[in-house]
Amino acid sequence: MMKNREHRLTFFLLIPVVLVLVAYVLYPSLRTFFESLQSDGGLTLSNYQDFFSQESKTNLEALWNSVYISVLSVVASGLIGIPLALIFNRYQFPGRGLFATAAIMPIVLPSLVGVMAFMFLYGESGLIPNLVKDLFGLKEVPFQIGGVSGILIVHAYTMYVYFYMMVSAAIGKIDPSLEEAASNLGASKFKVFWKVTFPLMTPAIVGASLLVFMISMASFSAPFLLAGGYRVLSLQIYFSKINGDMEIAATQSVILSVVSIGFLLLMRWYQNRKDYRMASKGIGAHRSEVKNPVMKWVMAAVGVIGVIILLLPHFTILLLSLVPDGTWTFQTYPSTFNFENFRLLFEDPNIFKPLKNSLVLAVIATAGNLVFGVIASYVLVKRKFVGKSFIDILVMIPWALPATVIGMNLVFAFNEKSIFSFGQILVGTFWILPLAYFIRHIPLVVRSTNAVLEQLDDSIEEASRSLGAKWFYTFRKVILPIIMPGVLSGTLLAFVESVGEFPTSVLLYTISNRPISIEIMNQLRMFNMGQAAAYGMIQITLIALVLLISNKFFGVKAERSLT
Amino acid sequence: MASIKIENVQKAFGKTIAVDQLNLEIKDGEFFTFLGPSGCGKTTTLRMIAGFYYPTKGVVRFGDKDMTRVPPEKRNTGMVFQNYALFPHMTVFENAAFGLRVRKVPGAELKKRVQDVLQKVRLDQYSDRQVSQLSGGQQQRVALARALVIEPEILLLDEPLSNLDAKLRDEMRSEILRLQREYKITTIYVTHDQAEALSMSDRIAVFNYGVCHQVGTPSDIYNAPVNDFVAGFIGESNLLPARVEDMNQEKLSVGLVDSSNEMRLVVHNNPLNVKGDLTIGDSGLVTSIRPEAITVHRNDTGGENVFKGSVERVEFFGSTINVSARINQVLLQANMLNNGAGGFKVGEDVWVELPAAHIRVLPVVSGDSL
Ligand SMILES: Nc1ncnc2c1ncn2[C@@H]1O[C@H](COP(=O)(O)OP(=O)(O)OP(=O)(O)O)[C@@H](O)[C@H]1O
Ligand SMILES: [Mg+2]
Repeated sequence: MMKNREHRLTFFLLIPVVLVLVAYVLYPSLRTFFESLQSDGGLTLSNYQDFFSQESKTNLEALWNSVYISVLSVVASGLIGIPLALIFNRYQFPGRGLFATAAIMPIVLPSLVGVMAFMFLYGESGLIPNLVKDLFGLKEVPFQIGGVSGILIVHAYTMYVYFYMMVSAAIGKIDPSLEEAASNLGASKFKVFWKVTFPLMTPAIVGASLLVFMISMASFSAPFLLAGGYRVLSLQIYFSKINGDMEIAATQSVILSVVSIGFLLLMRWYQNRKDYRMASKGIGAHRSEVKNPVMKWVMAAVGVIGVIILLLPHFTILLLSLVPDGTWTFQTYPSTFNFENFRLLFEDPNIFKPLKNSLVLAVIATAGNLVFGVIASYVLVKRKFVGKSFIDILVMIPWALPATVIGMNLVFAFNEKSIFSFGQILVGTFWILPLAYFIRHIPLVVRSTNAVLEQLDDSIEEASRSLGAKWFYTFRKVILPIIMPGVLSGTLLAFVESVGEFPTSVLLYTISNRPISIEIMNQLRMFNMGQAAAYGMIQITLIALVLLISNKFFGVKAERSLT
Repeated sequence: MASIKIENVQKAFGKTIAVDQLNLEIKDGEFFTFLGPSGCGKTTTLRMIAGFYYPTKGVVRFGDKDMTRVPPEKRNTGMVFQNYALFPHMTVFENAAFGLRVRKVPGAELKKRVQDVLQKVRLDQYSDRQVSQLSGGQQQRVALARALVIEPEILLLDEPLSNLDAKLRDEMRSEILRLQREYKITTIYVTHDQAEALSMSDRIAVFNYGVCHQVGTPSDIYNAPVNDFVAGFIGESNLLPARVEDMNQEKLSVGLVDSSNEMRLVVHNNPLNVKGDLTIGDSGLVTSIRPEAITVHRNDTGGENVFKGSVERVEFFGSTINVSARINQVLLQANMLNNGAGGFKVGEDVWVELPAAHIRVLPVVSGDSL
């Protein structure tokens, strides 16, 4: 029966998808939950009682601090991202295109490398405070970042991009005739903005706020390097694990997960609730030419300064990577520049090893992401079955879970033999890192594939079937080639993110198999800034290449799939 | 090539019944059209023939073969989709060659057959173009070529012209007909455009709400509609609720409900003019008369079915003139050739003639089609 044949196909495609999700997403999470209920050999809630009633209040304080920093991060990112989106999408002035591109540059900075750049720029012995000190002949550096302000500045710098991209997309979809209609009905410019434009932007603003809140709850690299004594929850999990307090680490993980998944559900609910679809389509937003010559150049000048500030971290990494280690010790500014660090990177096997490790690990993880992503996305978008929204949520969970939690889940699930690891203990072996990277990037690849599959009209598949092609032939010759550009751009992005992945690496790496991010941390500890920066430059170049390739050859804005 | 038999087919989507109790027989080589308003089940029926849907009840046969459960790729039907569904990553040639590649036709023969079919649809110059670089009409012809090249037994077209502008539609209509005659292929054509259906088809099936009301040649459907829905959907018609007042072997007298039965029409009592067995007192009927059958006179000519009324509206179309006249409460539309005798004026008294041979008494099936 034809209906059964179709059902059978759906079923066979679903088996691997469900198996992978249950084994590597659901099971590890449950394992952590189970661990958190364990105390003195029995199952109790006492760990949770301790969390909330502990005398020193460290845990509660950490939770509170995380929330506090996240709220401030949302505000700061919004205050930068929303005006930028408005200015770049609404006004035409010299250099606009260039500035608009520069505005997404923070994405090209892997989190650990970014934090490192900020330390060198604005930290205690940072270049900028010292420059100001020397210029004005001060005795002390006038300012420095660290602790809460440091974390916040790094967050604002990296996370305003989410506001910028989401609000820009919303503005692009606003039909200019709506605003023209409002003016035509007598509304002033101010009224038009508050009554028409702003309400149409709200869904994007709310979406970006939830997203930034979630990401900064999960943030690990910035607190790791900048927090000093300041406690945040994601970092506490790491410390608990290092101290061997596994039950506490599990409890903290569960609590952080609950907050994050809560936000995921909130976001889904909000997005389904409010969707202003425009009746008209295909009209890009008008940009008004800035006529006043003074205004025009003021805006351009502000733009140039903005771009310099945005790109300063990138240049700092570049600059540092050119300073050979040992030549910059007591002086305020470096004096020697050459390619020594890069030469060592490619010639000294010990220094090359982490780079090679990271590339190998990322290739394995990403190959898995590609295969899994295409099958999962095809089943989710094009097939009907019961329990679809459950699978959908399972797919999205690794996106909502903080990386630290994913790392801990894997520790709990695979530090013992289990059927899902084919009876092996994975923790402490080579395979645990590719597995972690794979899980981390499931949502990214599935989502970017969903986006192209949803565009693909069902009749294309039907046309092929009615011309006599079997399902598998249709899939290989028609569907795959059409969706490949979108799939590849998502996969490449997952690849570069895997290369730079820090939070799960720090929980799971082995000495013989340490990836690039761990080596950066080691080099920083040994004050080999140049070598650390050289690793960073490699990552920046890789990410920039991927975005460029996606844009030029696949015609896909890969950075979109990050939001 | 094949005939198609659809026997007692029903298709339900959950609680919605999209097609019900459908029986059709489409002859070998016939150009057959499904006509009906939006949502009436045309596409659903077509997709059951193509194999994309599986009937909830009933049987689909090609020739004598039961095809009900055969998957689409084994049916050898060529389908042209409403949005064409061209493969965007392939050239014109590759699109057309797809079905042959699936069938593993050897290179030289494949090339020849594709070139032939592209020549037939007049696209041989464009074989290396990317399909996205073609105009709507050209894309449409690629879709046709792709379906025809596999020499399907049946060609299925789902509103293939609805995305085109008026001039292109005309061109493509004759193109499709030319190719259909040339390949002598059994063709099912879905449309909600009655002019298209009447001018192209050998036979037409008229659908409404998942039910097929009538199957017949274009002139059957137009001249002898079986009920008020068909009469109202195909062309213009004066549909007037009626009641049988009197009848004998030769004639019927029906009273028009809108005139409180004051206005009586004489109707020929034969199967052409009267559908079904009627008896005196039957209601739930309509009389149907086409506007072009009605004549409006300036003076009383006397005779059967001539009524005095007054002109309410006049529309001048050049070759024809539409006159709306009111008799008692009944409003009638007449459409007359412009014979140069000068127009009617609003408010003028006229005598309206309804020739008995052109009046049909039909059962009412649809409450809302009037
Ligand atoms: N996959 C489906 N699931 C549920 N209902 C459906 C499905 N396909 C069609 N229907 C319903 O069946 C009925 C007939 O639909 P169908 O597409 O056959 O109409 P159609 O005659 O082709 O109309 P149109 O001229 O608008 O294309 C409609 O009420 C439609 O809503
Ligand atoms: Mg249809």
